[in-house]
Amino acid sequence: MLRLPQFELAQPRTLDEACALLVEHGEEAQLVAGGTDLVPNMKHELFTPKVVISLAKVAELRGVRQEADGALVLGALTTLEALAQDERVRARAPALAQAAGLVAGPQLRRMGTLGGNVMLDTRCQWYNQTYFWRQALGFCLKKDGSACHVVAGGAKCVAAASNDTAPALLSLDAELVFHGPAGARRIAIDALYSADGIYNKTVRGEILVEVRVPATPAGHRGAYGKLRERGSIDFPLLGIAARLDLSADGTVASAALCAVALQARPLRLKKAAEVLLGTRPGTADFEAALQEAGALAQKQCHPLDNIPGDADYRREMVPVYVRRTLLAAAEGSGPVHHV
Amino acid sequence: MRVLSLHVNGDRVELAAPDHWTLLEVLRYRLGLTGSKQGCDKGDCGACTVLVEGQPVLGCLTLAASCGEKPITTIEGLMPAHLAAGGTGPDPVQAAFDRCGALQCGFCQPGMILSARALLNRNAQPTRPEIRAALSGNLCRCTGYTQIVQAIELAIAESLGVEPCAPAWAPGTNPWKLAAPAEPGA
Ligand SMILES: Cc1cc2nc3c(=O)[nH]c(=O)nc-3n(C[C@H](O)[C@H](O)[C@H](O)COP(=O)(O)OP(=O)(O)OC[C@H]3O[C@@H](n4cnc5c(N)ncnc54)[C@H](O)[C@@H]3O)c2cc1C
Ligand code: FES
Ligand code: FES
Repeated sequence: MLRLPQFELAQPRTLDEACALLVEHGEEAQLVAGGTDLVPNMKHELFTPKVVISLAKVAELRGVRQEADGALVLGALTTLEALAQDERVRARAPALAQAAGLVAGPQLRRMGTLGGNVMLDTRCQWYNQTYFWRQALGFCLKKDGSACHVVAGGAKCVAAASNDTAPALLSLDAELVFHGPAGARRIAIDALYSADGIYNKTVRGEILVEVRVPATPAGHRGAYGKLRERGSIDFPLLGIAARLDLSADGTVASAALCAVALQARPLRLKKAAEVLLGTRPGTADFEAALQEAGALAQKQCHPLDNIPGDADYRREMVPVYVRRTLLAAAEGSGPVHHV
Repeated sequence: MRVLSLHVNGDRVELAAPDHWTLLEVLRYRLGLTGSKQGCDKGDCGACTVLVEGQPVLGCLTLAASCGEKPITTIEGLMPAHLAAGGTGPDPVQAAFDRCGALQCGFCQPGMILSARALLNRNAQPTRPEIRAALSGNLCRCTGYTQIVQAIELAIAESLGVEPCAPAWAPGTNPWKLAAPAEPGA
């Protein structure tokens, strides 16, 4: 039995009210949307806020719409289930729909939101544990302690970004609209994440209102590949989002490969994606580029032994998942999920 | 502490609970509805599954104070709902679990049955992969799942009035006859 530490729940109905509460309570407040990340973390006493501000009733954070230019605007409260099933998202941003559909299990996808997934706390075997467990080890760098149990003598927390939608949103060049005391601002998703496992985001004390996915061209192909031990419930041991935009003659005009669950920030695998440019799926050139992309991705990826799954195994799986996910994207299929 | 007015199994209930109590805690320790199980208490296992507005969610991660007036169904509410809808006996999914021996310790069963009930409410004829997907947030440490899937297939077959398909472990056989009354002289 895991009890929550005491807090007061505030349930504002507007964005302004929610922002005012955040300003009023500052460091003593935590935002909650679906609660599927924050509630277990509070049960583990990783967060002990005095006030929990629920965003669930804030109408401005709801809804999915498509703009005239084809861009998708996804409210932060959109559940992962709704995202995975939305026809517009599936057609325009298949990697995102597939990634959302592979998060956790059905109940958690119904409760968990896109905003909470983008803002998910990083994870580590030495961190996502009860207070009793962590205390027995003298705590760790990320919470309450000063030593890293993953990298001996490490001074920098390496807890892993584990949100499945992050690589998909990176591959789609998504933009995030935050609302804070100074009003609204829009940032590129690349600018959100940093390499600090303690808090891997550059934004604090602001509310994510919506995620904007720019229009994708007619030849857009995308897929998501997720390595995990079981077919459900588990966080990713490795997540790969692949994007291929094909020109009218079928050659790759632009490409992106992004990965998660390797280090504190979701990664762009730029060199690996570049080798696909100018190749045409179905040709020997494309096959050769897949191999090369896999090899280059593996060079760039160095998983650590801080989430389930042996690090060497996860590294061996990088080229496999890069190739399979790219192939699925090219074929318009996916997700890649072999369990 | 605040006074909550919840809508549980068709009844309006008023109770006092602190803000940091989960729906699962309120159900079990305020309302005495211990059918919803406290397994991992952190979102992994599905033993605490209840239906909120007809859809399965995890009671252990839901704050009771956030439930408002939304209708909540626990395992205790299934049979009364079935009777109120003109049925007899337990919910057909419950009855099928019983007949198929789809449990050992039974700890996962309330959550399994509620996930299955919600599936059948939105899709009366799910395929076996759809059944498995709908139950993929409910762990069972005892049965190996086979009889659980079989029980749901039996409930579906009975609702359609057809013979259930053969169990995965014994193709070509049919251990369960339709829910006919006991045969004369048996
Ligand atoms: C057993 C289990 C398995 C899981 N498996 C996966 C998995 O495979 N992949 C995966 O990606 N996730 C997984 N999760 C985590 C989680 O379910 C999802 O990431 C979900 O999307 C989180 O959304 P939420 O709304 O529940 O977040 P919450 O818990 O409500 O919030 C998470 C964090 O984001 C912040 N936040 C939420 N909304 C906003 C906002 N609008 N603006 C600013 N900050 C905000 C909160 O303050 C909190 O710090 C799993 C969780 C569990 C318990
Ligand atoms: S008790 Fe809620 S998921 Fe395990
Ligand atoms: S019957 Fe024991 S957990 Fe399922």
